[in-house]
Amino acid sequence: MIEGILIGLKTALTFQNIFMVMIGCFFGTIIGMLPGLGPMTAIALMIPITYGFDPATGLILMAGVYYGAVFGGSTSSILLNAPGVPGTVATSFDGYPMAQQGKAGKALAIAAWSSFAGGTLATIYLLFLAPSLSKVSLSFRSPDYFALMILGLTAIAAFSSKGQFIKAMMMVVLGLMLASVGQDSLSDITRFTFNNMNLTDGISFVLVVMATFAMSEALTIILKRNDPSAVAKQVSLTELGSIKINKEERTQMLKAIPRNSVIGFLIGVLPGAGATIASFLAYGMERNFVSDEEKEKFGKGSVHGLTAPETANNAACSGAFVPLLTLGIPGSGTTAVMLGALLGFGIQPGPRLYITNPEIFWSVIMSMYIGMVILLILNLPLIPYIARILAVPKNYLIPLILFFSITGIYVMSFNNFDIYLMIGIAVVATFMRLYDFPMPPLILAFVLGGLMEENLRRSLLISDGSWDFLWNRPLTASIISVTILIVSWQVYKTLKNRKI
Amino acid sequence: MNINTTKIISLLFFIFSALYLYTAYNIQVFSFDENSPFNAKTFPIYLGYAGMFFSGLKIILPEANTIKVDHKSLEYKKTAILVLIAIIYGFTILRVGYFLTTSLFLASSYYALGERRWLWIFLLSFPFVALFMYLLHGVLEIYLRDPFLKLIGVMG
Repeated sequence: MIEGILIGLKTALTFQNIFMVMIGCFFGTIIGMLPGLGPMTAIALMIPITYGFDPATGLILMAGVYYGAVFGGSTSSILLNAPGVPGTVATSFDGYPMAQQGKAGKALAIAAWSSFAGGTLATIYLLFLAPSLSKVSLSFRSPDYFALMILGLTAIAAFSSKGQFIKAMMMVVLGLMLASVGQDSLSDITRFTFNNMNLTDGISFVLVVMATFAMSEALTIILKRNDPSAVAKQVSLTELGSIKINKEERTQMLKAIPRNSVIGFLIGVLPGAGATIASFLAYGMERNFVSDEEKEKFGKGSVHGLTAPETANNAACSGAFVPLLTLGIPGSGTTAVMLGALLGFGIQPGPRLYITNPEIFWSVIMSMYIGMVILLILNLPLIPYIARILAVPKNYLIPLILFFSITGIYVMSFNNFDIYLMIGIAVVATFMRLYDFPMPPLILAFVLGGLMEENLRRSLLISDGSWDFLWNRPLTASIISVTILIVSWQVYKTLKNRKI
Repeated sequence: MNINTTKIISLLFFIFSALYLYTAYNIQVFSFDENSPFNAKTFPIYLGYAGMFFSGLKIILPEANTIKVDHKSLEYKKTAILVLIAIIYGFTILRVGYFLTTSLFLASSYYALGERRWLWIFLLSFPFVALFMYLLHGVLEIYLRDPFLKLIGVMG
């Protein structure tokens, strides 16, 4: 391993590769900040450029773009409540309220440090645990994945619902229903398209996230313009605040970072799970680790609530490289794009990558760490400037949010049906927001819908239509037990509240 | 029984789930797949039942905290105007082109929200869109169809 690290360092520390990491981080941050343009788009745009370099440099550039875009996504989540990628949705739960309280600079600084710490720790875990972790991820079967997704959806419904668990579960079902529109992945039979060709490929994730977050948020701000509480929010939004983190906040972060880096990394290793489940699970679990007093602050600008998903999503980004580099199985949509790039270089990822191309394997791992350092050096001093987006008056900011949302959708599909669909979903979401129907469960369900159906299909086919696959394997049974515990706790809480 | 808006939304969701379930049952699957443990309509059928179950629960269970929205304080007019401008934008973007429609969308949205400083309205619409379009079209090489710019000879 030492030899590998040295090979990696030698490759990663060349002037060209350091420069590539810097370029990647910078452009990744800019692109990631634009609602609608996430890491997947950023990396996809980079693929043609990387073919001009050797494979190690190309991958290093893409890794830099990946981390930069994840950080950039967090920035737009915190400042605009417009997560461009599902992995940063959980960041907006506490990051955005913090920005509304005039602590945008602080929220961005917490996000930057948490991302750095989460990514760095995960890179260390990756360095030492990559070989054995690949064996763990191999032991996961379809029933375990299905159970894990049920757990993720139940957890997000429980933790983001502000005591309205049934409403959150309704949003979960709605998200899964939206994901079921389009062609069935196996049989190619079209479902719920009503003979509309525009729906054959399903509804795009960016469209749903733009509609339910960016656009609906913009409409809600206008709708509540005369609401006294909303006016207070608008005033505080123009205050940028300091980027200094005080001692108490630092202590809270130091408690949250180690445990969430482990959660993020482990979830990231699981093929298909990635930063989204990691950040949601971390957010939910962090809430269970803290005191009752701190629990109350969740969703209102909690340091724990912001640190947890930010640490976990960056740790998951590193974790996602384990199945990609060792098994050739992407851990997320973004690493799937990277897999395509690797194949384009003529490299077949898999267990033999260590032997055949050690410089690629190790230089990517080492450049991840260098990328983290560069990201912090670049972004922390720039935070006050990035945060100035908030100083733009609402009369300009709202149309600009609508503009970025619509442009994001338009450049993806070049048809006006998607724009109408987005406006329709945004109007419904705005109305539902008024009555406290939470949007994050809908987004997570939408992202996981296809994967969930696929794993349920495999599980039911293997068990010949019987649902006993849910308790046949100890791992599946354990995950289902945790889910039942969460549901029972919610039912108990609801009954207790009704008695009072 | 006092029917509040949350219950009405839940009732609408119940009806929506029932319609979804009906459509799910009517999905045409291949004949060899009809009796398979899992086919294209299995998952949607479960979802339809789940939707009816949760919305049904919300309808029949008493509300612990009823959410009251003060409709008089809400800016329905401005929001509706903004939505209408966005729909017109969606309708014209392909026909007229990205530059002109986006610039007009931004300018009219600023105006609708109460902005009256024409210089700022102009600067943050036409030149801003031109710059953004250059970034997308010129730098990132994302093709943007624009019949208007083609007509006046700016775009090839």
